[in-house]
Amino acid sequence: MRSLILSTAVHLLFGLMILFSLFLLLRGHNLPGGGFVGGLVAAIAFTLFAIADSAAAVRRVLRIDPRYLVVAGLAVALLSGLFKAAAGMPYLTGAWVHPGGLPLGTPLLFDVGVYLTVVGSVLTLVLTMEEER
Amino acid sequence: MTIVSIERPDLVASPHSRLTSRFAGWVGFFLAAGLTAFFASKVPVVAAGETLRWTVDWVPTLGYQLSFYVDGLSLLFALLISGIGAFIFLYTPVYLSAYRHASRLVVVLILFMISMLGLVMADDMIALFVFWELTTITSYILIGFDHDNAKARRCALQALLVTGAGGLVMLAGFVLLGSAAGTFQLSELKAQGFHLAEHAAYLPILILILIGAFTKSAQIPFHFWLPNAMAAPTPISAYLHSATMVKGGVYLMARMHPVLGGTPEWAWILTIIGAATAVVASVLALRQTDLKLALAYTTVMALGTLTMFLGAEAGVAIAAAVTFLLVHALYKCALFLVVGIIDHGTGTRDAPRLGGLARAMPITTAAAAAAALSMAGFPPFLGFIGKELKYEGALAIASEPGLAITAAVAANAMMVAVAAIVGLRPFFARPVATPKVPHEAPFRMWIGPVTLAALGLFFGLVPPLVANGLVQPAVASVLGAPQVVKLALWHGINLPLLLSVVTLLLGVLVYVRHLQIRDSLAAFEARLPTDTDRVYDLSIDALKDLAAWQTRLIQSGVLRRYLFVVFAVVVLAVGGTLLMKDGLRLPQAWPDVPLPVWGMTALVLAGAVLTVLAKSRLLAICALGSVGFGVALIFLMYGAPDVAMTQLLVEILFVIIIAIVLLRLPRFGKRTAGLGASRWQDGVLAVGTGLVTTALMLAATRGPIDREITAYFEANSATEAYGRNIVNVILVDFRALDTLGEILVVAVAAFAVVGLVKLRQRRWRAS
Repeated sequence: MRSLILSTAVHLLFGLMILFSLFLLLRGHNLPGGGFVGGLVAAIAFTLFAIADSAAAVRRVLRIDPRYLVVAGLAVALLSGLFKAAAGMPYLTGAWVHPGGLPLGTPLLFDVGVYLTVVGSVLTLVLTMEEER
Repeated sequence: MTIVSIERPDLVASPHSRLTSRFAGWVGFFLAAGLTAFFASKVPVVAAGETLRWTVDWVPTLGYQLSFYVDGLSLLFALLISGIGAFIFLYTPVYLSAYRHASRLVVVLILFMISMLGLVMADDMIALFVFWELTTITSYILIGFDHDNAKARRCALQALLVTGAGGLVMLAGFVLLGSAAGTFQLSELKAQGFHLAEHAAYLPILILILIGAFTKSAQIPFHFWLPNAMAAPTPISAYLHSATMVKGGVYLMARMHPVLGGTPEWAWILTIIGAATAVVASVLALRQTDLKLALAYTTVMALGTLTMFLGAEAGVAIAAAVTFLLVHALYKCALFLVVGIIDHGTGTRDAPRLGGLARAMPITTAAAAAAALSMAGFPPFLGFIGKELKYEGALAIASEPGLAITAAVAANAMMVAVAAIVGLRPFFARPVATPKVPHEAPFRMWIGPVTLAALGLFFGLVPPLVANGLVQPAVASVLGAPQVVKLALWHGINLPLLLSVVTLLLGVLVYVRHLQIRDSLAAFEARLPTDTDRVYDLSIDALKDLAAWQTRLIQSGVLRRYLFVVFAVVVLAVGGTLLMKDGLRLPQAWPDVPLPVWGMTALVLAGAVLTVLAKSRLLAICALGSVGFGVALIFLMYGAPDVAMTQLLVEILFVIIIAIVLLRLPRFGKRTAGLGASRWQDGVLAVGTGLVTTALMLAATRGPIDREITAYFEANSATEAYGRNIVNVILVDFRALDTLGEILVVAVAAFAVVGLVKLRQRRWRAS
């Protein structure tokens, strides 16, 4: 059963939700938000999409298998800790640069890893269950 | 394992595998030979009374050092291990040249040799234990080399379980001993002397450590694994199960002699167990027709004899043990290798099917005869000196010289007979047709037995060489005091010589009648109700049954039951602790909270009640979701926007996912038949869980909250991590390792769901 209202609403909201999730991810360091919350918003967006349309449509939009997102997320998070570890500091010590006064550091990279892992894990779960019929 | 019957083409050697196994063999040979030369060069230093040591820090925080310590005893063992190992590495690639995986075996053999050397040189008891278990594990792989064969697998597992379990018991003994004595260093323990005998934990320590030694050295009642371990290829048996690994237990007893010995308990346990093992094993040896099995039982007999002598305090008894250890290693290894040559050359090692091989295998015959004469204790072989010394030592055993003498004479007489059966009869008896036309072994196979047998003769002719260089320092380290040992072929006419003559006569008599004796032993064995091997099987089966029973009991597979148990445990454990520690406190005043919070609380309560009363599943899910929303709003009001946001989003996802899952389940109440009674049960549990959680929260918030960590984060978040949102800074920077663990859990959970779903689909398709 396909609901026209849900389908239309989700199509309108989907892009906004993804944008909002990225917004949450980036602002997390100073204001409420962060990779985990951002990842959850994105995951909800995709899940609504899957319910409104179909799991296959989500896979089309996503282009890659969500399982790769999990692996990529874990890899990014793991590697982000290595920058300073290579210099003999404890693993996961943050490394920072300040281009034009804007602090950019490996914790942001780590947060991106968290974001990807959360999106990938939830989607893996939801899509697998959606497709199991 | 017979070399001739290879039916599996994938196991047959290719030219390439032959090359690698040969290469591995040479690596092992040069390593072993180099080590032998090294240890041999240390003989004069150690004989002068010095000890060598090397120390490496292992776990500095626990005070464990990987320290190695070489005194006379260690040096004797190290020489045997590396010296015999060199010949084994020459022999094995040729013996197994038809097998594809021979190189694998040789590599494990190298690992075994290193572990064994570590065992006999370790100064730290924990290190000794580690090496001990390493030899157990490598021997498991070696015994089970022919792993397509169910019997080999069973025997390997048996050896692993018996010696591994003994090793664990021994570890317990080591820990007790280490804490009683205040040191884990064997050298320091030895320096402390006999004070331990008065310690309250002396008897437990003694028994635990002896169980380890007895399992490894195949003493009664743990002797059954050793003959079964003959499933290993013959050179492996020659190395592990005659010369080295099984002597690990003997080494341990010798090492512990100055620490735990010298008490009546030590003397009685070792003398009785050793004597019983020696006699029973020598009788069982006669019973066998398989030459290798006969040798295996004589090994058990030798181990029993060694144990018996180590129970004694007298210098001459210890000297007998050390000399016999050397004698036995030389002739037993030679004979095992000879049996391997016979098997290789004729296709059988069954005594009745062998005879007249002397013409076809002249070199092997000479080696076998020399080894057998040393085993039987004929002059001028070292075996004769060893036997004389044994009788002298047995007379000196304080606890029970009569028992020791009787056991020694009986066992030695059987030994004479077995030596004749294994070392002489196949070569000199009337020729019989063998499965293959007998032929002499290649040089790399016969050089080992020939050298070892020749050493037995040479050392017998020049006894002071071994007496001063090897035996005397080893005896000194067993006794913990310098000891003069004189070995000689001729002692004059005395009691030991008389006993020797009696032994030889008895042995010859037994040999002449051995066929009848074997038959009657077989008949007797058939009438026995059970044996230890069978007991082992029964206990393994019982263990499996126990595991299956408790798994059925605990893992019912019903989710409701699991949840019930989990929550019940929480209620009982937490509630009980709160009661016992007097942690129950009701708040003194009515909490002063703003009106909206009361509204949220009402929302949560309404959601909870609705969840319980809901008639449809979807309604229950939505009601449960409203509970979560209410909690999230409360978080928000108390200034935790991050927590509130996460809670809200998780709640949304939870409702969606549960909806997806539950819509596929059977209708509400269908699966929960018979819920009437258990609904009350669930209700009580739910209320109990709520009450306990509330009480716990009240107890936790009662005391002043330590703000030290919070203050640190507040002060450093912006300056060190360039972030003003402390929660997120903690998540991705200060405590990023925790977060890493959490996202790993998230990922694993997702993949687990995929696995479960796919598994179900596959089962569906299969059915």
